[in-house]
Amino acid sequence: MMGSIKDQVAIVGMGCSKFGERWEKGPEDLAIEAAYEAFEDAGISKDDLEGCWFSQVMAPVIGVSGTVAVDSLKLGNIPVIRNENWCASGHIALLEACMAVASGAYDLVMALGVEKLKDTGFPGLGTGRGMHPVYEARRTSPGSFGLIAQRYFKTYGLTVEEGREALAKIEVKNHDNGSLCPKAHFHNKITVEQVLNAPIIAWPLGLFDCCGNSDGAACAIVTTAEKAKNFRKDPIFLKGFGISTDAMIPHFRPEFGWTSFDALVTSSHKAYEMAGIKDPRKELDLAEVHDCFSITELLIYEDFGFSPRGKAREDIDAGFFTREGGLPVNIDGGLKCFGHPIGASGLRMTYEVYKQLQGKADLPERQIKNPRLGLAHTFGGPPQISAVAIFGNEKG
Amino acid sequence: MATVGISACGGYIPYLRLDRGVVAQIWGRHSIGGERSVANNDEDSITMAVEASRNCLGGQAPEQVDGLLFATTTPPYKEKMNASLIAAAADLRREITTADFAHSLRSGTAALKAAFDSVKSGSMGNALVVASDSRIGYPRSDQEQAFGDGAGAIMVSSENLLATLEGGYSICNEMMDVWRNPEDTFVRTWESRFILGEGYASHMKEAVSGLLKKYGLGPKEISKAILPAPDSRSHKALTKQLGFDIKTQVQDPLLSNVGHCGAAHPLLMLVDALEEASPGDMLLLANYADGADAMLFKVTDEIETKKNQRRVKDYIKEKALLPSYARFLSYKGLVETAPGEPFRLMPSATVSWRDRKTILRCHGSRCNACGKTTFPIQRVCYHCHAKDNFDEVPISHLKGEVFTFTLDNLAGRSDDPVVVQTIADLGEDKIRFYGMMTDCDPSEVRLGMPVSLTFRRIYDGAGMHNYFWKFRPVRNGRSE
Repeated sequence: MMGSIKDQVAIVGMGCSKFGERWEKGPEDLAIEAAYEAFEDAGISKDDLEGCWFSQVMAPVIGVSGTVAVDSLKLGNIPVIRNENWCASGHIALLEACMAVASGAYDLVMALGVEKLKDTGFPGLGTGRGMHPVYEARRTSPGSFGLIAQRYFKTYGLTVEEGREALAKIEVKNHDNGSLCPKAHFHNKITVEQVLNAPIIAWPLGLFDCCGNSDGAACAIVTTAEKAKNFRKDPIFLKGFGISTDAMIPHFRPEFGWTSFDALVTSSHKAYEMAGIKDPRKELDLAEVHDCFSITELLIYEDFGFSPRGKAREDIDAGFFTREGGLPVNIDGGLKCFGHPIGASGLRMTYEVYKQLQGKADLPERQIKNPRLGLAHTFGGPPQISAVAIFGNEKG
Repeated sequence: MATVGISACGGYIPYLRLDRGVVAQIWGRHSIGGERSVANNDEDSITMAVEASRNCLGGQAPEQVDGLLFATTTPPYKEKMNASLIAAAADLRREITTADFAHSLRSGTAALKAAFDSVKSGSMGNALVVASDSRIGYPRSDQEQAFGDGAGAIMVSSENLLATLEGGYSICNEMMDVWRNPEDTFVRTWESRFILGEGYASHMKEAVSGLLKKYGLGPKEISKAILPAPDSRSHKALTKQLGFDIKTQVQDPLLSNVGHCGAAHPLLMLVDALEEASPGDMLLLANYADGADAMLFKVTDEIETKKNQRRVKDYIKEKALLPSYARFLSYKGLVETAPGEPFRLMPSATVSWRDRKTILRCHGSRCNACGKTTFPIQRVCYHCHAKDNFDEVPISHLKGEVFTFTLDNLAGRSDDPVVVQTIADLGEDKIRFYGMMTDCDPSEVRLGMPVSLTFRRIYDGAGMHNYFWKFRPVRNGRSE
């Protein structure tokens, strides 16, 4: 039985760089941009930090450790621990930092995620990204998630046209949300027709079904719940978390159905359990979930219990996940529109939840009214690993 | 002397064809008519040889094969045995003889003769001879239109024979008529009147006449003369000069719809002849290159009981036309294509060797505790978590159904941009397999579509070729 660190840890400062094609900025610049905003927000100096959990996925060479964080910020002889768990890296770095504080070993630490995708020379996340030079030689991210879409449509009796339209509405929502975010990669609003008529990337997924490939960094300052008020009057508390990795990559997993992932179900339920949430659809005030592709967000609605199985389309049509809906999802535009610098994404989502729970969204028109509980989530790999964190603005 | 002969056979012709009219139009010259076979961009002489070998093996247990002799003039590796790779993909035993025969269009018949001699001497019980070729003619040349790509496989045995070897006759002749230097991409030839008259026609006549004389036979006693020829006119002239009736006694030279498949051509024609033969038929095979080999076969009653699932004529029918000459050039590697997204993972000789049972032999693991089969081989069972308690099982012969797929525009090369990422369940045990689909029009792919596995070249990197299995559609319900 897993223990609980509910209300034992708090975030007292956060920063997030501008996301996008940051041609003129290196990973060190992005780290500085996010970290110094967080230092200022927490009212601390970098020299107050006792540890750093660093997240970066794409590295130019094997073996880079936490060099980017240390060399840019000149952290002074503290542990800098790099985390690589595909797209869930940022969240897992943050949760490791939280566990380090909860253990009593540290009082004040940072979690920092940095990714510089636009230095790689290719527009997607790359091909042949598996672990084996033969079995997965031509595997791509859109390809793997395209496999889900075909199967979901078939399982729930949607025609390809009906399925693609439901997915398109998710992206129209995410672009509408992102258009209001100054730090987002994209600011354009889009229509269902635009989504449906865009070039195909991995049928049935088109260009607008795929998230932005961005540069960016985000940072959190973590301390004990007890000491949090020493830093600020409105700290945000960790209510619960769950991390889960599926037992085998989905492509070769026997009898795998491709319409639901155990890692998604397990990680969310662990987090609900720790946070004491019985009905996430009603109790959560906002959720930032891993919309790497439109179909992923749809699957998450069901695996997280936001929508009943096979019924996500009805909620999408009813606008349940819009800014004004019953459970706003990805109100900063999500990976789709805010951008997806892999190692930074979990921390960027947490940044949005943190600001919303403090009532400090950058523009008042996108501030949710009186939120109490927010969820942030990333899902990584072929896909295989899921990390969920739930935050609240009150203890208890 | 023990009787030796042929116990099984199988051909292979790639799915793609090039209309010769397309080539002729590009170059502003006459078409020689019909179409030629073209290896897909993931095929080479090794993969085609694997196809023909698997087709030849049919239901036969690969454990009974004692040797694999491979013949080609277009080996993917110039130094490194190609036969050993073919033997692994065909899932033959390790305790066998393997050898490459190369450098000549007579290498196919030379390998065949070596196999007959080995089986006759008792050094091998069953020898699999496979020839495969994909030669390239100079752009605009006659050869560019005339050549084809393909493979043929013959199982040489002393029992259960479809045809017995009645005798052979060979001559050797040194002549610069058709050749390639080590640095050459294209086949060179001397003046055609000289090479066809003094080379091809003269030596084919000498070998066939010599064989008939040696065994006291006349041309009328031959049921089918199998005479590979560089072009239709030479073929017709030769059959006439030898006294064979072109309507009844001459095996289809496969020139109009396949093209001359180099070292593989005599074997491919022999396979085609066997697939159409009746008990008691006398088959005469003659093959030219720097001399000639002639062989005489007598078809047995077994021919009635053993029918190939996929015959040469089936391969000829199942095809797709390449849409353009440009595509032909790029598939042949003659114009460079953007390779698609760069590969993150370079092949490793160590990994390929360590995982050869899954990569090359296509073995999965069947759990002894719960009975489930998984691919690739899993030491800890996915279902029941039993550790190191499994048997390896071959799965490359299984047919399956597409469970899900996507048409991926990100991963392909610029001349073949859509990669059909496919998940399918194979066989009654529904063994889950993930791979790319080849030899298909992406728009024809559907959930539930029947597929089988084929051995293909996945990509090149670190100076080596990376081979693995892909799906291909099962068409007309016929596939091995």
